[in-house]
Amino acid sequence: MFDQSQLQFEMIQLLDENGNGDEKELASFSDEFLVTLYRWMRKARVIDERLLKMQRQGRIGTYAPFSGQEAAQIGSVLALEKDDWIFPTYREIAACLAHGLPLAQIFRYVRGHLSGGRTPEHLNIFPIQIIIGAQTLHATGCAWATKLKGETQVSVCYFGDGATSQGDFHEALNFASVYQVPVIFFCQNNQYAISVPVHRQTASRTIAQKAVAYGMKGVLVDGNDALAVYKTMKKAVDAARNGEGPILIEALTYRLGPHTTSDDPTKYRNAEEAEQWRSKKDPLRRLRVLLERRGIWTEEKEEAWVAQVNDEVTAAYEEAAADETGSIVDAFNYVYGKPSKLLQEQQEDARRKRKQEVK
Amino acid sequence: MQKTKQRLLTGNKAIAEAIRLEMERDPNVFVMGEDVGVYGGIFGATEGLFQQFGPKRVIDTPISETAFIGAAIGAAAEGMRPIVELMFVDFFGVCMDQIYNHMAKIPYMSGGRVKLPIVLMTAVGGGYSDAAQHSQTLYATFAHLPGMKVVAPSTPYDLKGMMISAIRDDNPVVFMFHKTLQGLGWMDQLDASVGHVPEEAYIVPIGKAKVVREGTDITIVGIQMTTHHALEAAKKLEQHGIQAEVIDLRSLVPLDRETILQSIKKTHRLLVVDEDYLSYGMTAEIAALAAEEGLYDLDAPVRRLAVPDVPIPYSRPLEQFVLPNADKIFHEAMKLVNE
Repeated sequence: MFDQSQLQFEMIQLLDENGNGDEKELASFSDEFLVTLYRWMRKARVIDERLLKMQRQGRIGTYAPFSGQEAAQIGSVLALEKDDWIFPTYREIAACLAHGLPLAQIFRYVRGHLSGGRTPEHLNIFPIQIIIGAQTLHATGCAWATKLKGETQVSVCYFGDGATSQGDFHEALNFASVYQVPVIFFCQNNQYAISVPVHRQTASRTIAQKAVAYGMKGVLVDGNDALAVYKTMKKAVDAARNGEGPILIEALTYRLGPHTTSDDPTKYRNAEEAEQWRSKKDPLRRLRVLLERRGIWTEEKEEAWVAQVNDEVTAAYEEAAADETGSIVDAFNYVYGKPSKLLQEQQEDARRKRKQEVK
Repeated sequence: MQKTKQRLLTGNKAIAEAIRLEMERDPNVFVMGEDVGVYGGIFGATEGLFQQFGPKRVIDTPISETAFIGAAIGAAAEGMRPIVELMFVDFFGVCMDQIYNHMAKIPYMSGGRVKLPIVLMTAVGGGYSDAAQHSQTLYATFAHLPGMKVVAPSTPYDLKGMMISAIRDDNPVVFMFHKTLQGLGWMDQLDASVGHVPEEAYIVPIGKAKVVREGTDITIVGIQMTTHHALEAAKKLEQHGIQAEVIDLRSLVPLDRETILQSIKKTHRLLVVDEDYLSYGMTAEIAALAAEEGLYDLDAPVRRLAVPDVPIPYSRPLEQFVLPNADKIFHEAMKLVNE
């Protein structure tokens, strides 16, 4: 009889919590790359904190913050080619930005603008998914299509630990493995699905090991170590592009904030535990230590960068807020390629009612 | 003379021919589903395709409806035109999220950027003692939810022409075929399951009903099997001096309201027949249309004939009791014209 204790998934880590690691390994990352990586992560943190505040001010809708998961998201996306597909959930704002989604478009999205889910034509970012786990199949199908067409893009699917309890996830892994399609299942195990801890979600010791049941490769990586995430992802993407089939990556991380702006994590999480992750295990901190040690980052640079990002956020917010297109009348245009006669009538009715409201 | 020029095909062969022609025309069209490959689909709708196009374009999937419908969405977003067969419409329950939350809504939620040209092909209908979970005709369930076109053609000619329309459509199309109209050897043999089908590709537009019999005294609206039952009832009505006009809806979404309203202007009486459940269904939708826009054309209240709100019975006599047929339509129509 085989027991899961016989499955050993070592967690890949290059940079420990204090910013130390194997020097030779670390030397393989250029200064330029490290600064780019850090700047993205810092930028993402600033944006996330601003979005959270804006939600409290009533300027945007319900919001799912990602602070704490910057290394997992930025580290993984920077390992991709520009035309690779990503399939984000509502928590992958950082990944979307780093893959090219304009900040103003994020604001259109969180303000509920009708075109907020519209990715610019040149970007391979699937509309942000809300239903837990559903996108695992869309990514599988997309990867399959690129394979059928003989194209080279890889599809990367983001999801959390909670999604691994969904049927969609299991059907997707099975399907992707049967057809050997170039898809990466990237699980950010942030350890909570709203209030339910991961050990109540699964009896498996790791999420990575679930890959084995589907005849697929699985990897466990320290999701708060941006360098380990980057390197693991790069290897996975190269393999998938090379026709070696799908891979499941588990990036172990922690959501520092609430699930969304509608819940209070102090009710379901130990304050000490959260504080540990906030101070000691923060993904930004350890990378910054490395950068400072190399002499390529300073407090002045940090302040200037944060100020610049804050200006960008303000400008992007204003651009989105000033966008007056997309009234309820336009909603009827998007249901089908062309609205049917019945929809046109309902649209006319909406137009009439709206005019009366305006009066 | 005319008869000899007829090229007779069964419903399933008409569908398979449509798919074959479109696969030859467009390399992005492919088929997947359970048993659609070597076996040709359990209702024969993909017969011969595997042999011609091979396993890369005619794909047998694991028994994993959520997976292949979800994968079709991803593939369609990447430029393919998948045709997926959900074996029985009754199975939608295991994969409904992918159908109504994703296939039907992603184009809208993407602000119109993502197009999902998917044909979701599925079998409907009872009448052969296959019990409550394999005999339903769930037209209204899909027609109720925005974002999908829903068609249910009644003749081999329309099955082929509407399948070609569905494949070329940039929107998701739920394509329902009726098992009894496929021409399967193990089912009751019906004349209606065989018909003339031209060899070449042609289009029958989605959203256009057809007046399949003209009349002056009563309008009978049906779709798929109920159209054929209505035609049979109309013959009997004629013997009683009643001229029934029969409309085959063919499409549920978009619904061709004009053809119905035009007809009741002429006949002043409306009977709607459906093989789906009575409550909240297609018959109610059309009765509402008549009440809202054709009330003053009517000389009598609208009548509806559909499956009472019970699951389809396994037992043959019990099943026959709940399903509409020509006799029941005849009797309802007689009552209506005498009101």
